[in-house]
Amino acid sequence: MTTTTEAPAVTPVAAPRKLSYVKAFNEGLAQAMREDENVFVAGEDVAGYGGVFRMFDNLLDEFGPRRMIDTPISEAALVGLGVGAAARGLRPVVDLMFMDFIGVCLDQIVNQAAKMKYMFGGALSVPLTITTASGAGLGAAAQHSQSLEAWLAHVPGLKVVMPCDAYTAKGLTVSAIRDDNPVVIMLNKVLLGSAGEVPEEIYGIPLGQAHTARHGSDVTVIALGRMVGEALAAADELAAEGVEIEVIDPRTVQPLDTETMFASVRRTNRVLVVHEAVTFGGLGAEIAAQIQDSVFDYLDAPVLRIGAPFSPVPFSPVLEKAYVPDRARIAQGCRRLLERS
Amino acid sequence: MQIIKDLHERMVRIRLFETEAGKLMEAGKLPGFLHLYVGQEAVAAGVMAALRDDDQITSTHRGHGHAVAKGVGFREMYAELYGRVTGACLGRGGSMHINDLARGMLGANGIVGAGVPIAVGAAFAARYKGEDSVAVTFFGDGATNIGAWHEGANMAAILGLPVVFVCENNGYAEFTPQSGHMLLTDVADRAAAYGMPSVIVDGMDAVAVHRAAAEAVERARAGAGPMMIEAKTYRYFDHQGVKGLRHPYRSDEEVAEWKARDPIDLLEARAIADGTATRAELDDVWRRTRDEIAEAIAYAEASPLPDPADLLLNVYSG
Repeated sequence: MTTTTEAPAVTPVAAPRKLSYVKAFNEGLAQAMREDENVFVAGEDVAGYGGVFRMFDNLLDEFGPRRMIDTPISEAALVGLGVGAAARGLRPVVDLMFMDFIGVCLDQIVNQAAKMKYMFGGALSVPLTITTASGAGLGAAAQHSQSLEAWLAHVPGLKVVMPCDAYTAKGLTVSAIRDDNPVVIMLNKVLLGSAGEVPEEIYGIPLGQAHTARHGSDVTVIALGRMVGEALAAADELAAEGVEIEVIDPRTVQPLDTETMFASVRRTNRVLVVHEAVTFGGLGAEIAAQIQDSVFDYLDAPVLRIGAPFSPVPFSPVLEKAYVPDRARIAQGCRRLLERS
Repeated sequence: MQIIKDLHERMVRIRLFETEAGKLMEAGKLPGFLHLYVGQEAVAAGVMAALRDDDQITSTHRGHGHAVAKGVGFREMYAELYGRVTGACLGRGGSMHINDLARGMLGANGIVGAGVPIAVGAAFAARYKGEDSVAVTFFGDGATNIGAWHEGANMAAILGLPVVFVCENNGYAEFTPQSGHMLLTDVADRAAAYGMPSVIVDGMDAVAVHRAAAEAVERARAGAGPMMIEAKTYRYFDHQGVKGLRHPYRSDEEVAEWKARDPIDLLEARAIADGTATRAELDDVWRRTRDEIAEAIAYAEASPLPDPADLLLNVYSG
């Protein structure tokens, strides 16, 4: 007789499964590949190496070299390969590694992928998914740290998603691959290792639907990508001061769910838009303009924008930290808005 | 010989489509730009006669000839030039974007060199799906100075894809002669940089182009990878439009020299000499094609314009 056999039976509690952002992306991609034989992945070092950010780990083992293709460092040909293959009925996932590299293949994204359906009179679709890593915070300097969502969101025909956590990384990835349009997934480099609860089964998050990450009555903070986490942290800080912040994560910046934002503005009457990209010409300007067009009468203060200064991303950590908006600046912005009226 | 008649008919169709389009443009009936293909017919005819409907092509901004030779209908092509809703692109694409998926015409392209990687993708899709179709990408001499061309050539080569690269070397990148934009005499030399075999053909000789294309296409279809054909040819009209010569970037003598070796004249002389066709039979092709074109233009002119209420149609799928 031993104590272990006499121990009372414990009902196992289904602990929510935590997964890192990058593994959540990887799982969503693998499930989408299992779901549809037409999905393949092409990019630089995606197959043998698994991607420089480990985004494609283990996929070569499961899917083999037919569906996991290492290509030369040739982004224009890589995206073009995806456009041609998509035009012929496949669902390519092409990886651009760092978002900064889109400059060398922008023609294929902007003039080919985005416009083909329209210019061809609707004769075909381009179900192309482009994955890339954006954002500062890794000391990668000005050519490896940008957030260029405004460039892409400006182009009719493209969709752009910015997952803020592991759960959305998986769901938006699945939806992007299932979508019949060219979609760019901007994975945030700083978030790659961050863990969150992620269901094991395959699921999609609708493109073009914003998510209210936190409900509040005093200020609406519309935050893109990694700024969602910073806004939630700012909201915790402000809650201690008795201020309730509503945090809206658009999840998809093109198409942009303005209705959810407008509804929030009608409740809070104050808006702060925050993104990691340079403020000038950024999406904050677009969102602010749309709010003023549609719900101006509900505003108790002008829409406030927070973004990066008009500078390339600096290298030195002290400069980079000053460059990227953070919870403190968001909290300060909310206080400023509340001081008005 | 049936292939001679086939090549002849494809060339006549291109010639008449283009010359009539040029007249419409001169008469102020067509909006936009018009890059005429007249003079280069032997290349489109020779290559397309070696292809099946399910073989894919990507074309250039000078794409009408490729579309006509691939079998795209006159009606939808003229209607598109007129910007009518019955056009190949519902009036959204115009001259530079005509496509026909049923005929494997993956589109003319307004961006020089951009069709090259897209053809590589089409060839990739064929192999992925286990089909034996090939992709042909057409480009001019000038396009081989574009990065996308080099990336596409290397990508096709390293992935061993069934792509045929067809350079229509008409000697000019817009208004700049070849000597002014590359130090090479033969564009085909560029293929060697990617481990790709190449061949140079007389681009005014449709039979020669066809032989080279048939070999390259069969080679690609058999899984031997990409190959390049450089066809030395000439465009009779200006880079854009019919008579836009604001500066004499080429001489009348040069144009006359090339016209003396007109690809249709050459083929007709050959057909009559070897007894393949009589003059009357050849003339009949011209006559039938003229009738078909007149009907297509009438159809285009009678077609409705797009409804501005449908402006946003097909920006996105779904």
